[in-house]
Amino acid sequence: MARATAALVALFLIAFPPLPRAQDNAPPYTLLSREGRRPIPTMTRGGRELIALDDVAALFQVTVRGDSLARAVTLTYRGKTIIASADQPMTSVDGRVVALPGPVVQAGQRWLVPIEFLSRALGPIYDQRITIRPSARLVIVGDLRVPHVSARIDMAGPPTHATFLVTPASRVTATTEGNRVLLRVEGDAIEPTFPPSAAGLIESIHLGDQPDTVVVSLTRAAAPARVATSQADNATRVTVDIPAAPDARPPSSQAQAPGVPGQDTPASVPALGQAMQTIIIDPGHGGDDIGVKGAGGLQEKQLTLDVARRVRSLIESRLGLRVIMTREDDKLVTLNERAAMANNSKAGLLVSLHANGAPSATPSGAEIFYDRLDREGEAARRAAAAQSVSLPVIGGGTRPIEIIPWDLAQAPHVGSSEVLATVLEEELRKVVPMSTRARQQAPMRLLSAANMPAALVEMAYLTNGPQEMQAGTEGFKNGVAQAIVNAITRFRSLTDDRETR
Amino acid sequence: MTRGPIIAAAVIGAILIALLVWGVPAFLSKKTESTPVSAAAATSSPDTPHITATLYYASSDGRYLVPVKHDVPLASGVVEQGRQILLTELQAAPSPYIKVIPEGTTLRGFYVTDRGDAFVDLGPEIVRAHPGGSLNELLTVYALVNAVTANLPAVQRVQILVNGKEVDAIAGHVDIRRPLTRDASLVRERDTNQAPKLKAQKPVQ
Repeated sequence: MARATAALVALFLIAFPPLPRAQDNAPPYTLLSREGRRPIPTMTRGGRELIALDDVAALFQVTVRGDSLARAVTLTYRGKTIIASADQPMTSVDGRVVALPGPVVQAGQRWLVPIEFLSRALGPIYDQRITIRPSARLVIVGDLRVPHVSARIDMAGPPTHATFLVTPASRVTATTEGNRVLLRVEGDAIEPTFPPSAAGLIESIHLGDQPDTVVVSLTRAAAPARVATSQADNATRVTVDIPAAPDARPPSSQAQAPGVPGQDTPASVPALGQAMQTIIIDPGHGGDDIGVKGAGGLQEKQLTLDVARRVRSLIESRLGLRVIMTREDDKLVTLNERAAMANNSKAGLLVSLHANGAPSATPSGAEIFYDRLDREGEAARRAAAAQSVSLPVIGGGTRPIEIIPWDLAQAPHVGSSEVLATVLEEELRKVVPMSTRARQQAPMRLLSAANMPAALVEMAYLTNGPQEMQAGTEGFKNGVAQAIVNAITRFRSLTDDRETR
Repeated sequence: MTRGPIIAAAVIGAILIALLVWGVPAFLSKKTESTPVSAAAATSSPDTPHITATLYYASSDGRYLVPVKHDVPLASGVVEQGRQILLTELQAAPSPYIKVIPEGTTLRGFYVTDRGDAFVDLGPEIVRAHPGGSLNELLTVYALVNAVTANLPAVQRVQILVNGKEVDAIAGHVDIRRPLTRDASLVRERDTNQAPKLKAQKPVQ
């Protein structure tokens, strides 16, 4: 009897396989058209976002006909057809083969396709343009104007200072409504990049009820804000200055002016709250210094710059932080110049990107380095710590300044650099193969001169054939970039926790 | 009458000198032949005196540094012996190990200070011909540092110079602006039979 029940259940499962469940954590996609906004139901399978073709049929007025025997599905729109086969990462669009980022999935009677199907396959035969903005979770149908608005809190203050950058340049009207500043950006919608957490007198930055409005909510301690707009480089810059209300006591943790640590804070330790607003990404090598070159021709200097650009765009769009790259293009930058750029920007952390090389083809996997001081370095650090000098500060009084030689700037940060290396290792381990020595401590020239938590990531061994092939793929570069951004996010939250403790 | 003893003394003296001139090298060469020869190919000819030094090469899988016993010509004094050790380290690696110093790298000089810091001055080839990568660079740097410190007890730290100058790094990663101490973290004593016996051989002081 039990066997018969089990067989029946198995038969049922074969006939009606369980559907992938809708994704819980990622926000849903929204379809944006002249007619308005509609949610697009998506689900994830194997880390890829899929949309059901029957939902596509309803949203885009196309007809879908599945053929279970042939394991193929036909989608028709105004006499043109798209044919897709189960498990194939491609479709035939009006006779032309179009690649998809993942395979077409047949789940019982339903057909699921990667969300990119909309722009890549349906787009070419549709009568309106279809574009996808993954970071804004938008599928845009037609020529709509969706400017990108990035927000950044430059200074927690008070006074609190925030900058909004609108690209392409658009007309922005600012109004004050009680304890809120509303920025109306001309366009059909907004692609936002807002910082995950607010600071100072700003309680939150979020999209308004209207799709073209940004709302800046202020705390009760805020006085009316001053808003100024300017145009430059096809972008509109909106600066919002919020002074403290005269009778309100400023929040105690933010009482200091930025960049001026308290009396007991050594000058060499950046005040995390402000400093973590800037991240240094160092693409290793460049110009005549190509770094490692794989047998297949992949050059380390190209890979590091490519991944660095991806990391920058993710940080700017997801975290809303300022990113400084030690080189923007293929040029030679000395290690000293790189360290100087990092230290002069008072950045919160530095991640140096590299690709590894070994004397044989065997070693493979990613490795993360943080700096190791030799005995002389330790001694020099102790001697330097004993030689603090007092400098006068604005407003009277003096402040002790710890003098640490430029080339030993990393000394006070080795502990936090180890934490950074650890979270980098943990995040990278989720997406790429790791070396048997995944985290190492060694005397590294650039790291030793960085006056901030710093780590060096060797993404893969280019001297290993399969690794070189893998490192050149979009999946690898995006995966590494995302892992680094995840690690930075985790590291920031760890240091924030420490600060508040 | 007094000429007889003088002639006899001269003859005996000549015989003694001849014995010394012929005999000492012969004795030394016998001594060196009896020294156990390692798996490594001897670089010195069998009749020149040599020591057995510990040199460092990459393991055949390229992951680690392996200490390998190797014949090195005997030299007088720490500095000259250090030079000989480095010249051998710059040559090809014995099978199955892999050389970690770029091909064609020249030794411009070797100095030791009273504080026990040694300076290894290499030609610009070490930078120009270096294949790059943190692992390759760590192997290069510590093969040199370990080879010098393992064989010369008088040396505690080693600073690498390129073309007579202090440099940041050989390939952009490892800090060589200051003298470095021996690092065992990259070393794997793969074959225990070939592990160095540092205390047993102290040819140079």
